[in-house]
Amino acid sequence: MYLLNQQARATPFAIRPPGSLAESDFNARCIKCGQCVDACPYDTLKLATADAGIPVGTPYFIPIDIPCYMCEDIPCLKACPTGAIDPALENIDDSRMGLAVIDIENCLSWKGLRCEICHRECPVKDKAITVEHHPRRISKHAMFVPIVHSDACTGCGICEKACPTQKAAIRIVQPDLVQGQIGDHYRLGWTIDTPITQDFKPGGDRGISAPAPSLDFLNEGEL
Amino acid sequence: MNEVNKPVKLGPNGRPVRPFVMPDSLTGKLDVWRYLLLRRVVQIGLLILFFGTFNWGWQIAGQPLLTGNLSASEFLGFIPMADPFAILQIMLTGQIPLQEVLIGAAIILAIAALIGGRTWCSWVCPVNMVTDLASRIRRHLGIQNAFKISRNVRYTVLLLTLVLSILTGVAAFEWISPISMLHRELIFGIGAGWIAVLGVFLFDLFILRHGWCGHLCPLGAFYAVIGKLAQLRIGFDAPTCTHCCECVKVCPEPQVLDFKAATKAGLVASGECTNCGRCITVCPEDTLKFDLRHHLNPQPVPNTTESQQRRAA
Repeated sequence: MYLLNQQARATPFAIRPPGSLAESDFNARCIKCGQCVDACPYDTLKLATADAGIPVGTPYFIPIDIPCYMCEDIPCLKACPTGAIDPALENIDDSRMGLAVIDIENCLSWKGLRCEICHRECPVKDKAITVEHHPRRISKHAMFVPIVHSDACTGCGICEKACPTQKAAIRIVQPDLVQGQIGDHYRLGWTIDTPITQDFKPGGDRGISAPAPSLDFLNEGEL
Repeated sequence: MNEVNKPVKLGPNGRPVRPFVMPDSLTGKLDVWRYLLLRRVVQIGLLILFFGTFNWGWQIAGQPLLTGNLSASEFLGFIPMADPFAILQIMLTGQIPLQEVLIGAAIILAIAALIGGRTWCSWVCPVNMVTDLASRIRRHLGIQNAFKISRNVRYTVLLLTLVLSILTGVAAFEWISPISMLHRELIFGIGAGWIAVLGVFLFDLFILRHGWCGHLCPLGAFYAVIGKLAQLRIGFDAPTCTHCCECVKVCPEPQVLDFKAATKAGLVASGECTNCGRCITVCPEDTLKFDLRHHLNPQPVPNTTESQQRRAA
């Protein structure tokens, strides 16, 4: 029994309903009744069966099958009788079910194609996923690449579902599995919100050259 | 059986001991099985209500009929119900669940106080059908117990479950409960939970008679404690009893049919009684019947029963 408990607790990979408490609190509090699953209008949520590799009986979802469509009234949260899905969550955009991570080796945009489907499908567009241009070594044409921002990504998985590659190149994972932490002792002197403590002026006119006229650059010579 | 030539055996009340005879007619059989059939209707009916609400969206007046499962549920969108044992375990992990589920647990406790704690076991719990089947098969095949353990082991398991909930920070029994796995997977989709249920079945079939429900299950132990003072009990009309022991033979918890204690209390006092009603329908003397405790306690004296009148005639 003890071993089973330990095993059940050591599974941090489940993607939970929006507003779920941290994994250990969630596992302690969830009564495994499935009322959130009942309430989900998209059949996104499932209850883990004994062989799902997820603490038995708890709700989870697999974004590639059915993502969370981020209902504004959050019915799964309202249905939860124990508070394992925390009623403190008021705005679905503030939920953190997981984090989208892009495999840049297989992303079409990072290959230089114009895809950006994830960006267009993202319900928190231009906050959770932005498209940035990126120089390309072999060509004058820039790449337009999607970038995920963890401060806005809810982990709903709509991007993963929409990704056109054979196996999705953007995936929802547990943030803990991929996110690092820089540490408080780093002082990034060149960012605007870092207080200037010495005779140091960021920017100014030191060594920044005017950008080349891009149209001329693209129109000159070979591609 | 045939006592034409045998001297008539007399019970302690001086009346002849008559065996229980299964009636030949279907109506007679149905009468003997009336509580069994009713229990199955309740057990399966509840599962169907859950299943229909989840899979077919059953509603009444725009409200979902019965959402959730037997761990926690909501009736018509506003009456919460919750397994008080699961809530106790969750609270022992240091979590205070929302009010809704606490009210739900209180409602179930109130029902338990009214109709008996272990009434859950034989009238609601789906594992009861599995273990009843195992018990039936082993009776037909004449399988002997591999070993015997005390029926009080369940209280140790209960205590262990509570201690483990404190130590591990998760509701211990809820992680391995074959009961939850069974109703959860029947309602929300089948997974490997049937292995646990099969385990219980084989244990009951080959190793120990009434092994799971009668010896190990901590939920049953919990309800045995909770239901000790419940209202609905099996009333025991002592003067009519001939000690034929037909009731003991069919009872899944035969230790509760302690004639001495039952005579004193006028009812089957033990919380381990599941109110299944098997004993009532096999009793040839109509000694046993469902009754309310407050109705029985003050006056455990004989009243003229149907059988007495029949005999007097």
